[in-house]
This record gives sequence, C-alpha cells and structure tokens, in this order.
Amino acid sequence: MAYANFITTIGLEVHVEMKTNSKLLSPSPVNFGDAANNNTNVIDWGYPGVLPQANKGALEYGMMAALALNMEITRDIRWDRKNYIYPDNPKSYQTTQQATPIGQNGKVEITLEDGTTKTIRIKEIHVEEDAGKNTHGGDGYSYVDLNRQGTPLIEIVSEPDITSPDEAYAYLEKLRQLIQFTGISDVKMQEGSLRADANISIRPAGSDQFGTKVELKNINSFSYLRTALAFEEDRQARELIAGNTIQQETRRYDEATKSTILMRVKEGADDYRYFPEPDLPVVHISEEWINEVKNKLPESVSDRLNRYINDFDLSPTDAGVLTQTLIMSDFYDKTVGFGADPKRSANYLIGDVNAFLNENGLELQDTKITPEHLSTLIKLIDDGTISTKQAKQVFTALTQGQEPKDYVEKNGLVQESRVEILQPIIAEIVDNNEQSVIDFKAGKDRAVGFLIGQIMKQTHGNANPNVVNQILIDELNER
Amino acid sequence: MSDFVNETIESVHKALVQKEFSVTELTQRALDFTEKRDQDLNAFITLDKDGAIKQAEEIDNKGIDDDNILAGIPMGMKDNIVTKGLLTTSASKILSNFTPIYDATVVEKLKAQGVVILGKTNLDEFAMGGSTETSYYGVTKNAWDNTKVPGGSSGGSAASVASGEVLYSLGSDTGGSIRQPAAYNGIVGLKPTYGRVSRWGLIAFGSSLDQIGPLTRTVKDNALVLNAIAGVDNKDTTSANLEVPDYTKNIENGVANLRIAVPKEFLAEGIDPEVKNTINLAIEQFKSLGAIVEEVSIPHTKYGIAAYYILGSSEASSNLQRFDGVRYGFSDRTGKTLEEMYQNTRTEGFGEEVKRRIMLGTFALSAGFYDAYFKKAAQVRTILINDFNKIFENFDIIIGPTAPTPAFALGSENADPKTMYMNDVLTIPVNLAGLPGLSINAGFSSEHLPIGLQIIGKAFDEATVYKAAFAFERATQLFKQIPGGQK
Amino acid sequence: MSEVLSKDEAKHVASLAKLNFTEEQLDKMVSQLSNILDLVDTLNEVDTNGVEATYSVSNNVNVLREDMADNWQQKDQLINNAPESKDGLIKVPAILDGGDINE
Repeated sequence: MAYANFITTIGLEVHVEMKTNSKLLSPSPVNFGDAANNNTNVIDWGYPGVLPQANKGALEYGMMAALALNMEITRDIRWDRKNYIYPDNPKSYQTTQQATPIGQNGKVEITLEDGTTKTIRIKEIHVEEDAGKNTHGGDGYSYVDLNRQGTPLIEIVSEPDITSPDEAYAYLEKLRQLIQFTGISDVKMQEGSLRADANISIRPAGSDQFGTKVELKNINSFSYLRTALAFEEDRQARELIAGNTIQQETRRYDEATKSTILMRVKEGADDYRYFPEPDLPVVHISEEWINEVKNKLPESVSDRLNRYINDFDLSPTDAGVLTQTLIMSDFYDKTVGFGADPKRSANYLIGDVNAFLNENGLELQDTKITPEHLSTLIKLIDDGTISTKQAKQVFTALTQGQEPKDYVEKNGLVQESRVEILQPIIAEIVDNNEQSVIDFKAGKDRAVGFLIGQIMKQTHGNANPNVVNQILIDELNER
Repeated sequence: MSDFVNETIESVHKALVQKEFSVTELTQRALDFTEKRDQDLNAFITLDKDGAIKQAEEIDNKGIDDDNILAGIPMGMKDNIVTKGLLTTSASKILSNFTPIYDATVVEKLKAQGVVILGKTNLDEFAMGGSTETSYYGVTKNAWDNTKVPGGSSGGSAASVASGEVLYSLGSDTGGSIRQPAAYNGIVGLKPTYGRVSRWGLIAFGSSLDQIGPLTRTVKDNALVLNAIAGVDNKDTTSANLEVPDYTKNIENGVANLRIAVPKEFLAEGIDPEVKNTINLAIEQFKSLGAIVEEVSIPHTKYGIAAYYILGSSEASSNLQRFDGVRYGFSDRTGKTLEEMYQNTRTEGFGEEVKRRIMLGTFALSAGFYDAYFKKAAQVRTILINDFNKIFENFDIIIGPTAPTPAFALGSENADPKTMYMNDVLTIPVNLAGLPGLSINAGFSSEHLPIGLQIIGKAFDEATVYKAAFAFERATQLFKQIPGGQK
Repeated sequence: MSEVLSKDEAKHVASLAKLNFTEEQLDKMVSQLSNILDLVDTLNEVDTNGVEATYSVSNNVNVLREDMADNWQQKDQLINNAPESKDGLIKVPAILDGGDINE
C-alpha cells in the first residue's frame, strides 16, 4: 500500500457457473460452445404463459458449495425475483435467493505469500440464474444469444474482511480451489465459469466510517484484478490527499495501461424491486437431505491434504502443491492407484511434470501424460529396469503419448544389472584408485561416493546403482 | 339447432354419438351462428374457422366413444391461454401478432379429449378489468342486453356461452374474472382452488392469484369440463399433487344438512337492493332444500380489494416486463436506441388500464415502499385467510352475491378506476385465499339482467360447491331462461 | 386530498417500467394512483404486527425437477417469432452502456 495512513476495504462478489446437466429453471441443456440459441426453449425465452421448474441438482450443488465454504445451510428457502429490463434477461427478472441465501456465515482461511494466514468471512451464497450473452455488432445493433440464460450460478459474497489486493488474490485462489474440489464447476475465469467483481473503498486510519465504494467489473483474471485493486487503492488515496471526493462509480481494468477506467457513474441506489417468486414453491432442506448431499461430496481439499501427509508420508509443502488443483490431485491419486510409489509419484509430479507444464505453458489435462503411463515409468525405475537418467528420456516419450514399457523395449533402454559385465569394470576402477581404498578402510564413506561416480561415468549412467553399490562394497571389503 | 342456448354438453354429446349430425356439421353451424351473432356481440377476437373444421373432421374420422364426453363439442378459449399456431393476443396490441409455439396444458388436455376450439374469446387487456372494455379488440356486449357490459375480464368467454355460440368456454380468474362475467351473463362459472388446474400456458397476470376455470350453461357441464382440465402438472410446480375426483359423481346428492355460512359483510352497504333480495331468496331456497344456513362474519372482507390491487398489480408489473419488443410480439423499431425501443414498444403496446396497474405495482415494490405496501398487503392476506379458515371449521360452504350489482352500462364506469375496482369486492377475497368459488344465476333484476349467486368452498372441495350449485339449479331451473338478445 | 404519490416518484416508477407519459398523462396518472393509494391506505387500519406474510397459497414444498437435460428443439420457431434476428441471434438496437450487467 502506497499510503500507510489509509485503510483499504475490499468486497468480492464471485459468480460461479455450475456444471449441471440442465438449466436452473428449464430442462434445456447446459453446454458451452454450441450454436447460438441452440440450447433454449420457451422457458429460457420468457415466453408468455411459461412457468419455471426449479432444478434439484442445482440446489444440491449450491449446498455442496456452502458446505465446502464452511457455511450454515438455510433450511427454508424461497426464491425471489430481481427485476431489471435488459436484452440478455428475457423475463426481465432474475430468479435468485435474495432473502434466503442457501448458505450463510461461512469462512475460509487464506495464506499469503509471506506465509501468514488470515480468516475471511463469507456473508452468503445464493443460487441464481445466469443471463444470456449480448454481443455488440458494430453495425448499430447488438445480438443476443440465450444459450447461457438460465445456467445455474452461485454468487459468493464476502464480508468486508479483505484489506489488500494480495489478500483479495489469495481469497480468490482459495475459493477457486475449494469449489473446484467439490466438482460442481470448472471455475475457469477465461471461460467465464468463474467471474469476480470487486468493490474497494479506502478511509483514513482511525476512521470507523467506510469510504465510498468503487466497483470493478468485467475483469478476466485474478492477477488483473489484483493489479486493478492496487491501482484503485493508489488512485483513491491520491484523490483524497488532493482534497477530492471519491464518487460512486463502476470501473473496468485496462490491460494496456494497467489502470482502471471509468465505465459509468452510479446515480442513486439500484431499484431492483425484489419480491418473492410466486411461481416456485418453497424449498425445505432437512437434516437428512444435507447428509445425503454431504455423502455425495467428493473428498475435500483438507481431507486429501491430510491423507497425503498421514498415509503417504508426504511433506505438508508437497501435499499442498499436489492439492492446488483438482486435476493434479486426481492425477496423483490415480498414479498411486496404478501401483507407483506415493513418494516417488509426488516427486515426479512436483518435479519433472510441473517443469514440463511450465516450460510448455500447458495444463495437465492438455498433455498426453496419463497416470497409468507415469505409474509404469516410476515402477520401471523402482524395479531397476531403467536408470533415472534413462527415465528422463522415457519421460519425454511419455509426454508424446508413448507407453513406457514399449518405448524402453523398442529403444533397448535397459539398465545394466548383470554382475559379469559390471564386476570387471568396477574391479578396474578400484585398481586405479588405491587412495580411495585406503580412505574406505579408514572409515571415510566419501570414498564410496567417489567410486560410484567413477563407475557411473564409465557406464554412461546405465548401471543399476543398487547392483553397483553391492559389488563395490564386496570388492572393497576384499582388498 | 343453430345455437346452443337450449343444449348442454350431455345433450349434444348424445346427439353426436347417435350420429344425428357430424362434428363437422355441428362445427360449421356453430361457426355460422357465431359469425353472425358476433357482429354485435364481439365475444371472439379470433374465430378459427379453418382450424375448427379441421379438428372437427379429424374427430369425425376417428369417431366418438360413448364415454368421451367432450369430443367434438365446440368451445371458446380465452385469448390469454396460449394455443400453438393460433394467434393469442391477451387482447393487447403488444401481442397483436403473437403466434404461440406451444399449447397451454389445459389446451393439450382438451385436445386429447378431441374438443373443437372454435376460437379465442375476448377479454380485458391482460385480464385487467371487470368489463372487457379495455380490450385492444373492442368491447364485448352482454348477451342479455347489448347496452350493458358482459363483465370481465372473461367477458368474451361468458357472452359466448350465454349467447349460445359455444357450449362452454375457458376463462381465467385473478380477482373474479370468471365468476363476475358468469354472473352478468346468467351462466355458471367456476374458479377452481389455486393449484387445481395447471397455469402452464396462461399468460400471467397475478401469479399467486390466477386460475383457469370453466364457464358453462349448467352446473353438470361445468363439472364435466373441470374433470377434463384439473390435475397436477409437472410444468406448473404450484399445481397440487392431489387426486382429482369425478366431479359429477355425487353432484346430485342434495344439500340436506349441508352447513352454509352467509357472511354479513357480503350483504352489507354497497350491495344493490335487488341483488340483496335475490340472494336472500336463494338463502331461503337452500333452507327449503334442507341446508342449515347461518350468518357469519368475515371481518376483513373490505380490505381484500386494497390487498388485491397491491399484490396483483405488483406481480403483474413484474410479469409484464417481459413484453419488451425483443423476442416476440409487437416491437416499435422506429427509434435508434435500445431505450427508445423499450419505451416506444411498451408505451404504444399497452393500454391505459394495464399501464395504470404496471405503475401501481412497480411503485408498491420500489425502494422505500415495499414494506408499507407489498408486505403489508401480503400480511393482510394472511389475516383474511384466517377469517375463512375459522368459518370453514364449522361450515361446508359460504354463499353470497357474486357482484354488488347486475351488469352495468357500457362506458359507465370508465371515468374512475376505483369504482370499477369495487365491483370485485366479493370475488377478490376468494382469490386471496386460493379457494374455489362458483357463480350461478340466482334470478333477474327489474331490467331482466341476471344476478349471480356465489358459492365458495374449502380448498380442493369443488365437489361440495358443485353439489350445492346443482341442488340450487335443479330447484330453480333458471338455466332454462335464455337471453332475448338485442334490445 | 394530499397526493400520496409525488410526480417525481411517478417519473421514477415510469422509468423503471419503461413507459413514456406526456406531462398531462402523468398528472392524470398521479391523481388516479393517489386515489387508489388512498384506498390502499385503509390497510393501515389492520393490525399486522407479528403476522406472517402470505406470498403464495400453494402448499407445495420441494416440488423440484431432477437434473436431466431435455432439448425441446424450439430454436427455429423461437427465432422465427423474434421481431428481428440474424444468424440465429436475436437482433436489438445497439446496447450503448458498455455492457454485460450480469448481476
């Protein structure tokens, strides 16, 4: 923060699109990327005479999100109408849960880059419907596609606990992780399945009155949002120091200038005329229903983390890296499931696999690497078939989708384990290094390492280290 | 037989089964008569000549089973109930070019029975009114006196039945829109219990109040139609998952020992003396049939109107926001901007009464007024429901007038909307409580205008309402009186 | 009779409802609505302290649809009914306020 005498308050409203089969209020399919208006029917178009049919699956996904965010589930829910007229909003009201959000009073713990942790409270989450999509033609017209209209969303509203852009960033990362592990959404910002709007205000230190909120909208990455918030923090402080007032407005982020730009000034409060939706019956969520949903919930982030630490003996750091994304964690579990050693699997994923992903700017799911292949590779190393050096070569083949065993056979990449071949080489090296023999006898273990290095060099790294070690010790003891 | 004034569904069904005439012949005659009669009456917005004949021919080809009572019977569909491929306007300019691409559930159900939809009947625009004078398609006349209103909003549905154009029609009732026109036209009209009939395909006015129901010449006809349209529907999740009885089954059982409540507020100040007399005679009639009649009180009756106009208009203001010129219906594209399109479309597309209710409802929901108006009205609704519940602890039905007066003169109440609203004082409480209510002719005024008796039942107890109405009808035989037509 | 609804409020309401009125029409509307609101104000005679509001008389609870997709294949008919369309999209005059509200 540029100006230490101001306190920043940030609120985040996060919308997450849920991966249900059908829409919130109609049976139209939820599917990204189809031809315009293909996945729409008379309900989605708000035709005269239609009525909504609320999706049980969307409610259960909402409950899953609430449980993942440590929230209380609201037992008696009614739906509300939020009225506003806009081309992508066919009924001219959005069906939401204004008065009775499905989840309330949640909290998540965020970890900042310096390792400090902080609890951020979540006010509520609503299940509601997404709007359609307007595109601007540049020909004096706009065009409306209602495929997205009615896709179930959850809106996650934070309490004003976030006091810096870094905290906002960490909070968003945490939300994304927690939601992702429930499996209810892909939570991908670039595809729009996660959208974050922020509001930010600053006030002089010591003041107990919040400053005027500025809203930031249509920002499409977490890091842009962080940069935009930092810019706003600075801009607002300079405005106040200059004696100006902050006006209530909505701004967007401009990537080119790394600054925020005014979209519109708010005139008075919005008037959405919320009222209870008379076309949908009330929902009662029983203890039994909550338990049923709990049973459907996949293993949470913290359960996986603990399992990796306790059952697989991984370090908390490694376990943390593996649970950053659901895909990585699932990949890891499957690799171990195919019989690979858990520790070596973790090392491989955190090391070689991650390096490969970073080098090529790829996501795990976009590669040809499979858990089965990786597991086979690790087993080939562990049973001494190939050396770690050879493994590097096999791994490259793996990234091209080749089966490791096939590759090893085709390329004759078998590690040298035969005693009759290794014995003479080792004997010769011991002969040539008398000083090492003396050192070994004097109890200096270093000598062994040196000799193994020499042997590996001689065998171009293809010798089986376990076999080499055994022969060498025997050889030394015999001298 | 050129019209249906002396017929019932049962009598025509019998003639069809016995092949006295074909469905096509019957339909053609009905179309011919309606075309002629409607030149003055204007009960229909759209007469679907080709469609009706096509339906009739199909039924003739298939033949009519003895127990398929509605097959081949010509009927009128209120024009706020959507019909696939057939213009559906809700009597508004904003839907004056709207052809639905799906059928309402009631239409689907009736089509499955092989009915012939003769056309779409006139109504107050979006069912907002009590006289059918706010229709974009002109006023409908009262079937008994063409200088009088037919009532509303289902004025076209009521007049078409009373005049003998069709044997029955469907209407919708948000605050009395089936019962009041039924009363003004001397026929039987039922608003079923909220949730009894699916609302899928009914163009919404007040979603928590709307119900579709039948208008017929006789009580039994009415029960026959309700049999066909009632029942749970997964497209309307507010519809009740309760078994639908055969409403004709015990209809003739009489009213001996039936406990009838007469709220004193229903016969208080503001009720026309001729109406009062007629209802008092009806009460005597019920007593003579063996019913036990007692006076009770529904103390919050008079607050019904205020609560209704807030709740109904609020829901309507939201329901009618979808008419924006974007996706269907009338759209004014003369302006350049989106905002101009919205404003021009809605300003030109809606009539005055609809705009008034949109304004009222939008105001009642707007920031700062919600608690004082919308929430307050919803609380008063609870109190009124409690009034009814208390009475139904000790009584089987409630009776009283349907409307404070007989049909009034065309144009006479247009000056002050509030006067018009007061006509609904006796029907509105029934919608607020979601109860079944039926209107049946109980006699005539000195001007020979019909006067309706309203029978209100417990929720989902339409059977008892019909039983009482049938006993009254059997005793009075008033359905045999037919409109003299033009004055 | 004081006017329960001010002309400014009526203007605000009209803009929410996207309706245009001439000054004369607005004056008439204000007077009619005020007249109706006088009647509505009789509700204040009823003591509603602690009374639950009734928003629906349906007794249905948890009437929900199972999450199964069913495409009704109505796209062509829907587009056909739209006042203006292009390439399967609904065409409207340009949206000028820069965007996606997406609340």
